[in-house]
Amino acid sequence: MHCPKCHAPMQTYNRSGVQIEQCGGCRGIFLDYGELETLTRLESQWSRPVPPAPQGYPAPSAPAWGAPYGGHGGGHHEHGHHGHHDHHRRSFTHMLFSS
Amino acid sequence: MTILPALTAHVRADGTPAAPTTLADRPDATVLRLGDTVVKAHAPGTDPAQLARRLETAARLPGILLPPLTPATEVLRDRLITSWPYGTPVDPGNPAAPWESVAGLLARLHHSTPGPALPPMRGPAKAARAVTRLRAVRHARLHPGARPVLDAWAALPAWARAEAPMPGPAALCHGDLHLGQLVRHPAPDGPWLLIDVDDLGLGAPAWDLARPAAWFACGLLPPDDWTRFLTAYRAADGPAVPAAGEPWPALDVPARALTVQTAALAITKAAAADRPLDTVEQAVVDACARMPAR
Repeated sequence: MHCPKCHAPMQTYNRSGVQIEQCGGCRGIFLDYGELETLTRLESQWSRPVPPAPQGYPAPSAPAWGAPYGGHGGGHHEHGHHGHHDHHRRSFTHMLFSS
Repeated sequence: MTILPALTAHVRADGTPAAPTTLADRPDATVLRLGDTVVKAHAPGTDPAQLARRLETAARLPGILLPPLTPATEVLRDRLITSWPYGTPVDPGNPAAPWESVAGLLARLHHSTPGPALPPMRGPAKAARAVTRLRAVRHARLHPGARPVLDAWAALPAWARAEAPMPGPAALCHGDLHLGQLVRHPAPDGPWLLIDVDDLGLGAPAWDLARPAAWFACGLLPPDDWTRFLTAYRAADGPAVPAAGEPWPALDVPARALTVQTAALAITKAAAADRPLDTVEQAVVDACARMPAR
């Protein structure tokens, strides 16, 4: 099946015995009717930790001159202010669309 | 003087009462949309023969490049004009960029047979122009970011600075890839196609991967987006990087050049507006400072 949001292919994963679909593009998760309740019930019953959701991709390699933290969206530049983050996002969006 | 009023009159020459929408009005390009038609006034000084070869390429590869409405250019005052069908651009508000589609289009473009007499891809020339603009900014030498950018530029091989022919087997390249160079045609939900043939030509195909590579290396593009793009390009058998193993030996020089180009334009714009660099611009300048010296 394809993601209703970004149309990338979705893959099926087993989480606590429940089949869930995760989008390979935006990482969004699709749950069938009742699956969220099943997951919530199972996780509250089980004391042992639930296996983490698949991360999708291993970290890609970067050049030696790359950003020190291989950061996502320049997160290490942020200082917890929404306005700052919004400006950062707008500025990068502008860069994505400019020569 | 801007070509905008003359181009507007040109678009409405058939007496249509509707007013066109201005999609872009920059010194190097003015683009208007009227209904299903988009007209572009190309940069002053554009070579008519070279633009004609590039238009022919777009007409010849309709599943990869948006084909022009007419195969010939027109002349309006001192500018060359081309006409295109309207396509729906990438939505800047939607973070789910079509990375797989871009990668597949580039791989097919890079494998296409170029037409005769196609000029070189203009990527390195655009990078050189950005550095020339930085050097021309008054007080640019005083800008704390200018020195690392110019040093990183000087350390690049001559071909990446447009001072020598590009190495390796030449492929058909777009030359200026970014997310503004994609449209869905027919609008609104046809397949994605590449637009803007002004920099298209023969050259090193890694240049077309170098902007996303540079954004990732600068810590701006999320690693998963970069991986999606690179994986899809390899899955489509793209020739710019080896099918497996390290992609960076092939990407390093063009990604450094695009980082320098982006940093140079950012400093030029910030200096013109007399404002400091923002965090995104600073990240690109910082990457230049970490690059190897000559």
